[in-house]
Amino acid sequence: MIKLQNIEKVYRTDTIETLALNGINLHVAKGEFLSIMGPSGCGKSTLLNIMGLLDEPSKGELHIDGHTVTRLSDKELAGFRNKRLGFIFQSYHLINDLNVLDNVELPLLYRKVNAKERRRLAAAALEKVGLSNRLQHFPSQLSGGQKQRVAIARAIVGEPEIILADEPTGNLDSAMGNEVMDILIQLNQHDKTTIVMVTHDEQMARKTHRLVRLFDGSQVQ
Amino acid sequence: MLKNYFKIAIAVLKRRKFFTFISLFGISFTLATLLVLTAFLDRIVNHEYPDAKRKQSLYISGIEERGERARSNSGLSISYIKRYVLPMKLPGAIAFSSRSNGTNTYFHGKKIGIDYKFVNSVFWDILEFDFLEGKPFTVQQEKNLEKVAVISQDLRDNYFGKDVPAVGQYLEANNEKYRVTGVVRNVPASTYMLSSDMYIPYTLTKDDMNTPSYFGEYAAILLAKKTSDIPAIKKEYEDIVRRVPHTQKRFLKTTSLADSYLDAYIRGGSQESKQKVWVYTALGIFISLIVFLPIVNLVNINVTRIMERSSEIGVRKAFGATRKALVYQFIVENIILTLIGGLVGLVLAQLVMIILNNADLIKNLHLSLNFTVLFIGLLTCLVFGFLSGVYPAWRMSRFPIVKALKA
Ligand SMILES: Nc1ncnc2c1ncn2[C@@H]1O[C@H](COP(=O)(O)OP(=O)(O)OP(=O)(O)O)[C@@H](O)[C@H]1O
Ligand SMILES: [Mg+2]
Repeated sequence: MIKLQNIEKVYRTDTIETLALNGINLHVAKGEFLSIMGPSGCGKSTLLNIMGLLDEPSKGELHIDGHTVTRLSDKELAGFRNKRLGFIFQSYHLINDLNVLDNVELPLLYRKVNAKERRRLAAAALEKVGLSNRLQHFPSQLSGGQKQRVAIARAIVGEPEIILADEPTGNLDSAMGNEVMDILIQLNQHDKTTIVMVTHDEQMARKTHRLVRLFDGSQVQ
Repeated sequence: MLKNYFKIAIAVLKRRKFFTFISLFGISFTLATLLVLTAFLDRIVNHEYPDAKRKQSLYISGIEERGERARSNSGLSISYIKRYVLPMKLPGAIAFSSRSNGTNTYFHGKKIGIDYKFVNSVFWDILEFDFLEGKPFTVQQEKNLEKVAVISQDLRDNYFGKDVPAVGQYLEANNEKYRVTGVVRNVPASTYMLSSDMYIPYTLTKDDMNTPSYFGEYAAILLAKKTSDIPAIKKEYEDIVRRVPHTQKRFLKTTSLADSYLDAYIRGGSQESKQKVWVYTALGIFISLIVFLPIVNLVNINVTRIMERSSEIGVRKAFGATRKALVYQFIVENIILTLIGGLVGLVLAQLVMIILNNADLIKNLHLSLNFTVLFIGLLTCLVFGFLSGVYPAWRMSRFPIVKALKA
């Protein structure tokens, strides 16, 4: 599903050059639930962002679902993200000016889906994450766990083949973290969604199919 | 899609009250200024009472003689008009009037200030004054040196009492008694070439009508038989001026121009074309500043606001927004903001005009929103919305997603 070949990422500033990723080769199979672990600063987020087309590698090739996706145009990239990828971030990244329903509808805005259908799909996604009773709330009126569940609903509303989650439970206590994890596992098992998750939590990682460890920009296991 | 942008825009504006307030204040204030200014200019340029045939007329507002070291300029003398202007062949009619002179009169112990002008009888043919009562004085009366006058509504109301008929009554000014032949609707003071309280036959002037000097206090209006004659009349006058003899040895060049209304208005008597250019340039700079500063301000506010909304931008891109879609969204937001600002500005402008009109700062000038002004206002709003939206939107749309999400 996702194939990385010799991915390298260098951050250059005037004075320093940071090698954030160094020759990563990785294959994520369709329907796989993969977790990535490693010490802070080892390049986990960088790797996930590259897989999610949020960032460009300095070197190497990336294939998603058989398509070579390095060096696509802005429009092609946007279409790819919109239809095939869903993101979940550690700090939720909900839009504070919009209510829960509008936040979840967001990915559908950039497709040709009419308003009524958007509503219906968003409500269905929110039902999946158990938030049917909070449609008109604003993000500031929700707990951390609820926010993350809204974010998950937003990630799955467009039924993407791949979900990329960067420490989705990082800001949550263990009870809420487990709830979120259960939703992800359910998605993977039930809807066969491919999931790549960055985590610091060994216990969470153990619930996934496979664990990849990074150290200083290189894969160690 | 558009409906959604609309919804988002309203949500954003509602939730960011401070930003909304600052932006709206800037836009509405600028627009109000612009609207009042255009209403004012519109009055001056397009309001045609009493000279309805402005496009068919040329105005000679003065004359200048110039030598190595000497330079004099002034209005025209009657003798100059008689010798060089009245004999012109192409104009259909030629009116002339003096500038306004001030005097005081007393009536029932009340002191009343009066502006009066000397005019010829043709003045009443060329200009379409509204007579509330009576009629203009005639050529015959002018020839017979009859002490008659046409007065303004204001003067009648002040002197004889509000709406008291004045025709046939006598009015004392400058130690003379004038019989009123007619009362005309007030002319705004901004039409300074024509506005006055009292119009008297020029033959009653105490000036020497045969002086060799060209300098006096008169201006002339040349009415063309048809508009297409205008260039030829200009040319005819040019040729005349080229041949007028210099009144003194020290003078080497004589300038006097037959101008369109606006040029004559702006020139204000000076015959130098540099002055005209200068006035137009200054006006242009002033107006562009008025328009430009708020745009810079808006762009600035918008760019700053990007940092605040960078997370939203990152999220939208991550979920499939193209650059184009984001630019579009921000432009729509800005246009909505400016339209609201425009409406507020419109209300503000209306208020300012009501206040200005009631304060009567410029006598008899009644500013009002007309459709031209409204149209200009709305158009300006849209241009504003567009300009102040495009650059920030464009910059924002190029922001790398990862950076936008981190900020
Ligand atoms: N924009 C950037 N400019 C320069 N260096 C960067 C930039 N982003 C990341 N880095 C560097 O790249 C390396 C990897 O960063 P990354 O965010 O991928 O780490 P991480 O494994 O996700 O860490 P954490 O667990 O703390 O989230 C770090 O050393 C970091 O300092
Ligand atoms: Mg990270």
